[in-house]
Amino acid sequence: MKTLTVVGFSAVLLFAISCGQSNSDSTNGALGGNLAERTYVAPGEHDDFYAFVSGGFSGQLAVYGLPSGRLFKVIPVYSVDAEKAYGFNEETKPMLNTSFGEIPWDDSHHPDMSQTNGEIDGRWVFINANNTPRIARISLSSFETEEIIELPNSAGNHSSSFVTENTEYIVAGTRFSVPIPQRDMPIDEYKGNFKGAISFISVDQESGRFDLSFQLKMPGFDYDLAHPGRGPSHGWMFFSTYNTEESHTLMEVNASQNDKDYIAAINWKKAEELIAAGEFETVPSEYAHNVWDESTQMTTSTMKKEVRMIDVSKYPGLVYFLPTPKSPHGCDVDPTGEYIIGSGKLSASLTAHSFTKMIDAIENEKFDGEAYGIPILNYDDVVAGVVKQAGLGPLHTEFDGEGNAYTTFFISSELVKWKVGTWEVLDRAPTYYSVGHLMIPGGNSRKPFGKYAVALNKITKDRYLPTGPELSQSAQLYDISGDKMELLLDFPTVGEPHYAAGAPADLIKPNQLKLYKLEENNHPYAVKSEKETKVTREGNQVHIYMSTIRSHFAPDNIEGIQVGDEVFWHVTNLEQDYDVPHGISMIGAQTSELLIMPGQTETFKWFPKKEGVWPFYCTDFCSALHQEMQGYVRVSPKGSDVPLKWSLDGE
Amino acid sequence: MRKTSSILIAGVLIIGTWACTSPDKSGDSSADTKEAVSSHPLGQASYSDDVSEANILQVAIGSEAHTTLVAGVQATKIEHVLVNAGPLTVFAPTNDAFDLLPEGTLENLLKDENLPTLSNIIQNHAAPGSFDIEGLKKEARKGRKIYMATGSYLEVVVDGDVITVGGAKILGTVSASNGIVHVVDKLILPE
Repeated sequence: MKTLTVVGFSAVLLFAISCGQSNSDSTNGALGGNLAERTYVAPGEHDDFYAFVSGGFSGQLAVYGLPSGRLFKVIPVYSVDAEKAYGFNEETKPMLNTSFGEIPWDDSHHPDMSQTNGEIDGRWVFINANNTPRIARISLSSFETEEIIELPNSAGNHSSSFVTENTEYIVAGTRFSVPIPQRDMPIDEYKGNFKGAISFISVDQESGRFDLSFQLKMPGFDYDLAHPGRGPSHGWMFFSTYNTEESHTLMEVNASQNDKDYIAAINWKKAEELIAAGEFETVPSEYAHNVWDESTQMTTSTMKKEVRMIDVSKYPGLVYFLPTPKSPHGCDVDPTGEYIIGSGKLSASLTAHSFTKMIDAIENEKFDGEAYGIPILNYDDVVAGVVKQAGLGPLHTEFDGEGNAYTTFFISSELVKWKVGTWEVLDRAPTYYSVGHLMIPGGNSRKPFGKYAVALNKITKDRYLPTGPELSQSAQLYDISGDKMELLLDFPTVGEPHYAAGAPADLIKPNQLKLYKLEENNHPYAVKSEKETKVTREGNQVHIYMSTIRSHFAPDNIEGIQVGDEVFWHVTNLEQDYDVPHGISMIGAQTSELLIMPGQTETFKWFPKKEGVWPFYCTDFCSALHQEMQGYVRVSPKGSDVPLKWSLDGE
Repeated sequence: MRKTSSILIAGVLIIGTWACTSPDKSGDSSADTKEAVSSHPLGQASYSDDVSEANILQVAIGSEAHTTLVAGVQATKIEHVLVNAGPLTVFAPTNDAFDLLPEGTLENLLKDENLPTLSNIIQNHAAPGSFDIEGLKKEARKGRKIYMATGSYLEVVVDGDVITVGGAKILGTVSASNGIVHVVDKLILPE
């Protein structure tokens, strides 16, 4: 009896302590306090933030809500997606066209959002393809990939796709230097012969359409990451570099020889002046430019043949090098635009360069030599401060808008919060495990929304129920609104959550496209009513102009198709009601289903191979009579005299 | 002994609960939760937007001639049925049609204990499937009857320009996002 009382009393004490508002120990998880309710979004309620998380090697972009960590959509960008017919239907196949032909996959790393006056504006999100260099634009109204442009002369398009403060340019740097133009030459003649291309893609402010405005031909280093200047440093772009040794083999050793590599500061306003003055060479280059048109709902792929290029070594004042210790990876600019943070990934410290000091060093020629005609600024004359012994393996830094910075440390698996200006470490929180990038909504802008930080981890191990050798990669949500960072939530992600962009939900929600207006559908094979449906034949090519509405296809009986035909199914969804898509597929079709939004037309191709009567059906559970939404096609032998006819309910 | 320990544990739980709910933030959150539960009181009927075509319920609510029908739908809480993906064909009796009922019938049907009967009567005016005027004529021509949500079958009769369904005359037709509304001049009562 007495013992029990004591036990009970201790339990009260323990419980009371663990329920307190203390921020001191976040690792107790949901049991430790009100953490669960801080990520709880009640049924029917909405999250406060959108997070656009790159799919890494999945090639896609996933849309999550914060703080719940719920997955809303995976937007296909560089990889085919049978669920949405992306890359399978005739309308989107050209989106994956490149100078190498159609490519069904890529590795997407760094989403970044459009900005106006240095603040994210909710119009578009951009993301790079690493492997076959490309940049994509995704509409934040339709959440569809609308445009992809290939980047010639680039290889391993890694320091991309970063947006300047009025979305003047999407800037994309090569990771691998290569011969420019490409040519057959010995690899060991790399040094001095290989070059790095940095691309400036202009953005039409109304349509968002891309144009590869110009490229800069840089020394043959590896260009790793980048961020734009903002405020006073607007007009400059900063790139981290490694392999300033210009090695071409066993890079893990040979590219780590120099004590310092560089952050390259590029004055792109000056580059614009040079372009305007005709100071460029036109380099023959082959690259695809693919644009989806909302009116025709078709993609046009155009092969471009040349690009304007500036050799930076010929134009003093265009580029300067800021020495930065030990192979800097992250290259991040604080919201004021004054500090450029370099994270030497083999260093224990972070280096903060001052933009003001950089301009002073340039004006007073405080140089410490040059490389390929590019001045190297004197390290001591540009450094503003060093965050000393902050952790092991610093990678990336984002900001909260309150003068604090948050840096990820891969090797020591932690987030470290530090003060911009005093360079003192304020707090540290473990990540599980081996964090790469982190994301604070609006983190690459003048106005971050510093409520949450999302750590994007590389290693999962035991964090979830195990699923065999391959585990989903993990993101972790931290509350950063207090003095101490608090881990709130783990959530699994799609592919590799390499980097992410985030925005308040209210910036994006009001602009949502809910359906495509039927009267504005200018698809060449659209039908506006069931009366317009038909089947036509030219030689062995058959076009079916079909419509869908709850709960039938028109036509739903088709005869006169022959083995050996090439049959195009152009299917228009006549619905004008939010969230009423229809799907369709045909037995034996060697492609994906179609998933057609209201007012939209999509096309799949079918090659009938066997005689008989073959069914097709609606693949999206559309209505109470969805299961009745089906039809038949009669396939006759080649040369048969069965006439072409089509009907719905015998009429 | 056993009883005492139960009491003690209960005490721990109560104190523990108190400790957890005392901060202000928890208080706010539980208020949020209550609100969330009632955030969509009419199910899908709670949703509307400015680009979709009007659904059957929205068409009915927008019609001055159908205030009685709408009141019946609301009293029987079947709004969500009329905004469902459907497709549905609804034969919508006008206020005049309800007035044809014997005096006091409607008032009686609107009493709580009679609402299931009223619900059944209203649902006897809804058919799964989308039958526009051409569709109704085709039903008549082919001798097919229309299957109603209550399980009854209605005959369609075409006489010149006049179409009747289950004896009710069609006065006009409105297309809706989730089906068709035919305005009718009298109620179609279940068998």
